Amino acid sequence: MTDERVKQVSKLRRAMIRPELGAICGTILVFALFLMIAGDSGMFAPEGIRNWTIVSAQFAIIAVGACLLMIAGEFDLSVGSMIGFAGIVIAILSVQWGWPVWLAIMVAFAVCIALGALNGFLVVKTGLPSFIVTLAFLYILRGMTIWLSILTTRKTIIGGVKDVAEGDWLAPVFGGTILKGLFQWFADIGLIDTFIRGTREGQPVVSGIPMLIIWALVLIIFGHWLLTKTKFGNWIFATGGDSQAARYVGVPVNRVKILMFMFTAFCACVFATAQVMEFGSAAADRGLLKEFEAIICVVIGGALLTGGYGSVIGAALGALVFGVVQQGLFFSGAESSLFRVFLGTILIMAVILNTYIRRMITGER
Amino acid sequence: MSTPIVDMRDVETIVDMRNIEKHFGPVIALAGVSFDVRAGECHCLLGDNGAGKSTFIKTMAGVHKPTSGEILFEGKTMSFDSPRDAMEAGVATVYQDLAMIPLMSVTRNFWMGREPEKKFGPFKVMDFKKANSVTMEEMKKMGINLREPDQAVGTLSGGERQTVAIARAVYFGAKVLILDEPTSALGVRQTSNVLATIDRVRKTGIGVVFITHNVRHAMAVGDRFTVLDRGKTLGTAKRGEITAEELQEMMAGGQELAKLEGSLGGTV
Repeated sequence: MTDERVKQVSKLRRAMIRPELGAICGTILVFALFLMIAGDSGMFAPEGIRNWTIVSAQFAIIAVGACLLMIAGEFDLSVGSMIGFAGIVIAILSVQWGWPVWLAIMVAFAVCIALGALNGFLVVKTGLPSFIVTLAFLYILRGMTIWLSILTTRKTIIGGVKDVAEGDWLAPVFGGTILKGLFQWFADIGLIDTFIRGTREGQPVVSGIPMLIIWALVLIIFGHWLLTKTKFGNWIFATGGDSQAARYVGVPVNRVKILMFMFTAFCACVFATAQVMEFGSAAADRGLLKEFEAIICVVIGGALLTGGYGSVIGAALGALVFGVVQQGLFFSGAESSLFRVFLGTILIMAVILNTYIRRMITGER
Repeated sequence: MSTPIVDMRDVETIVDMRNIEKHFGPVIALAGVSFDVRAGECHCLLGDNGAGKSTFIKTMAGVHKPTSGEILFEGKTMSFDSPRDAMEAGVATVYQDLAMIPLMSVTRNFWMGREPEKKFGPFKVMDFKKANSVTMEEMKKMGINLREPDQAVGTLSGGERQTVAIARAVYFGAKVLILDEPTSALGVRQTSNVLATIDRVRKTGIGVVFITHNVRHAMAVGDRFTVLDRGKTLGTAKRGEITAEELQEMMAGGQELAKLEGSLGGTV
């Protein structure tokens, strides 16, 4: 009894019509644009590539968490404050209190995940919109971060993490670089340039792949796998799609939501730890506006703000678009304030395209 | 026949609700309702809006706990703590508007809460191959040929969505299927499809509870009819013992509607 009014859909069209299409188009568009206007500025030389992949990876790490949480039907506006908070916790514990860095990192993760659980618990138990609950934590955590920092050091920037992290086993997992041998070999055969002067003479300009990028890739693959291939992924979709209907068939909706808040907090802490290890310092104002940037990546990636629909791959591409635009304008020498204009334009275009695609897939009218 | 000699009533009756009362604070939603469902029958529960139909079926489905009264499931006293409990026992409910999640695919909806899994190295993943083929097959049994199992439920019509939900309940071994106003939002042809599905389900030995306020839909498939009014039953009648006009009158409380019906030429 196939309905004769439903048109047969071609394979090509079916392959095209997917949640990530908007983000794929956005990615192609920005790459084409910057190849044209900044192709000879070094943006696509090894050092330039390293520059924008790191920025994109940073966005991707928090976007993966925000994406899964948004599909489960909730927001977390405290991500940015959480990043600042986690960084200060690591710096105070390791530099000021003299704890081993690995322990400081682990405590920061435990505290962040507990805060994520508290966020989720409050949302689930009070039934309040997560927008309000996490907005409260945006202020609470930022205030706590500045207060703790000033209380212990009388400053809002705590340096010296690099020295105490020397020889630590956990710090390189966040701040290290891998495949150094491979990149040295690339330099030897002339694929990438080497420094010609100074203390690093003869070393390649790009020494390897920063762990930050590895973290981003691992989180993207994990998030995508969890969402599309597992039972829990089905529960995430169901929870965001219609929590009451999901509850009636036995999906543990509250557990799914709380776990996703915890995962978002985990991602924020990965971001914070990698940043602290890279800069060797923590600052109380780190992570400002990151919660919105994460949400922008997710929305460019095709997720529905009201939950129940989205893609981790899309969110990752959204992060790539974000990173390339931000660094590309710098490389092309354009006025950097134009960055926000450009980003806003891409955001609105992606959302319009995504809405149209989603209507086609889901039969919404 | 080697069946032990027992009361036939107990053998057939799957769920027996006795004197169910449910109070929400000062409001008495149900004031002693008795209702039973037998294997292979379609028992219609009729009543106007606010009669207590929803509260009653939610009590049966484990959403609400009765304030007083007894629920017998296959002859034994039962107390469902959650919808999940009731589902495990074999009481499945298809809610009018909560049947399906439109943004998700048919397969994902069909298996929601009971996803089949297989081993993937040290991990467990959803067995989409099995999930898709079972979904297609079960939908075919209900008379719906899906274009593909991963098409979103939002692309299906209202009647088809109800049918997916019914197919899901049947596949997962429901003994009692509660349908909450499955036809109220549907057009003529879709309604007849759903009614045909109810008939098909009943023939497999499942007890169907069909909630509706449309007497004609009830008369089309019902074996027994119970009318609920202001939290009380007005009685249960078998098929053939009662006419559509009498049912309609009981539901509406008689008088006023009868007058209105006169002026509308008997079309309500």
